[in-house]
Amino acid sequence: MSKFRENISKYIFLALAFSSISALALITIFIIINGIPIIAEVGVLNFIFGMSWAPSHGEFGIFPMIIGSVTVTLGAALLGVPIGICCAVFLTEFAPQTISRIFRPAIQLLAGIPSVVYGFWGLLFIVPMIRNWFGGPGLSILAGSIILAIMVLPTVISITEVSILALPRNYKEGALALGLTHWQTIYSVILPSAKSGIVAAVILGIGRAIGETMAVIMVLGNAVAIPESILDPVRTLTTNIGIEMGYAAGTHRQALFATGIVLFIIIMILNATAQYVTRKKK
Amino acid sequence: MRVKPKTTELIAKILIWSAAIFVLAVLSFIIIYILYRGLPMISWSFLTEIPRNMGRDGGIASPIVGTIMVTAVAIALAVPLGIGTAFYLAEYTKESGITRVIRFSAESLAGIPSIVYGLFGFIFFVIYLNLGWSVLAGGLTLAVMILPTVIRTSEEAIRAVPQSYREVSFSLGGTKWQTIIKAVFPSAIQGISNGIILGVGRCVAETAAIMLTAGGALRMATSLFSPTRTMAVHFYILAREGISMSNAYGTAALLIILIFIINVVSNALVNRFMAKNR
Repeated sequence: MSKFRENISKYIFLALAFSSISALALITIFIIINGIPIIAEVGVLNFIFGMSWAPSHGEFGIFPMIIGSVTVTLGAALLGVPIGICCAVFLTEFAPQTISRIFRPAIQLLAGIPSVVYGFWGLLFIVPMIRNWFGGPGLSILAGSIILAIMVLPTVISITEVSILALPRNYKEGALALGLTHWQTIYSVILPSAKSGIVAAVILGIGRAIGETMAVIMVLGNAVAIPESILDPVRTLTTNIGIEMGYAAGTHRQALFATGIVLFIIIMILNATAQYVTRKKK
Repeated sequence: MRVKPKTTELIAKILIWSAAIFVLAVLSFIIIYILYRGLPMISWSFLTEIPRNMGRDGGIASPIVGTIMVTAVAIALAVPLGIGTAFYLAEYTKESGITRVIRFSAESLAGIPSIVYGLFGFIFFVIYLNLGWSVLAGGLTLAVMILPTVIRTSEEAIRAVPQSYREVSFSLGGTKWQTIIKAVFPSAIQGISNGIILGVGRCVAETAAIMLTAGGALRMATSLFSPTRTMAVHFYILAREGISMSNAYGTAALLIILIFIINVVSNALVNRFMAKNR
């Protein structure tokens, strides 16, 4: 009897463990079957490189949105990654205990605040600031990049911190014993040794930025056009779905699912790369 | 010209300190500003009245109830699935092809943007399973979304339980199942609860996925099949459509306080768990 129960429990756990596999499979299948028809109709190249998005006229080109996503994410990475790595180095190497005891929960809070709140704050402060200082509408790539840079900080900081803390102590001790200064040790020993973790941190941060919707929907201006400067409004792949999904039907809805496919593929490539980089280290 | 190591050391130190101070300053500014504008709005009637006039007047009682219901559905599904997966990964199997696939799936789920969850939840739960825009559809979508969080934290908690606990249980003639239920699970419970708390936090903060799956109705949800909106969705609609800035601030302040409490509880659980298993 008890043997029977042992076997049953094992299979129940195995079945539960299949939940994430089936969830991923369902998501992939349902997004793809709902988006593929319109891509087939329009043509892959026309869909991805098409410049005109006018669902009511049957024009489905998402190239401006791809450019929007890429530029906003790139801006966020340029601003957020250096600050994030500095913060991780600060936490592991410089921060007195009292400060790190405030800093860590603060970063955790930063990660937990709803993304809409960031968007709202950006709309109230960042957008007017850009409008007053640099001109233009304020609703812009720059505004989105700044908000996303703040939002990716927790990801970049925590993964970088973990990979620095995972280094054997004698790396640092050896470098210091050779007469290197603290900064030389960090720069030439600690950061290079933690490289794969930092790369993973950056990739996952980029993934978060490219997938974020609600924070940028309020500050990007959402115009479907190729931007000429970082002060121009853009629309990203995510905001395209977020704005139009509420009322879309028929081929229009399919086109939003097709936008989702493109986003999904980008994210899966980023995820797989990050997982590969972390695995290789082990 | 070669810069002296002492000089670079100083410059680097200043840069790193200023980055840290800058981040703390930005965070404090966001939080203090929202609380400053929002806290005065929070009153008993704000918490207990149903929104009137699209949310211009009245309180946020129905979004609060909506948040609780959607979160409860998500937790009720994600917790058994997540803990089960964690036990399978940590106790029943060695690293193999199948664990790699499970891990890859969980990590991929963790990276999928919430708007994609929204698309999936809409087409699968709302349309295909015909649940309509409802508490249930929203909750099920969030369950899939928080599953990786529950799996990861639970697995870490289970692995942190000292091996000797299991050995003692086995040596007393306990079976694998008995060992898991009587020795491992009680020791890992605080770590596992932390995963659940973090899942609650993500549900409370989520907007995009719920917007596409739970509808956005302002009236009080009466069953799992009622459409509803959560506080985060309510806040978004108030702010984006400029319906009521003061009510938007009030809702945002409440959200921040909730997230703060969730983080404090989570940290307390982790600290107790670490202290016990040291």
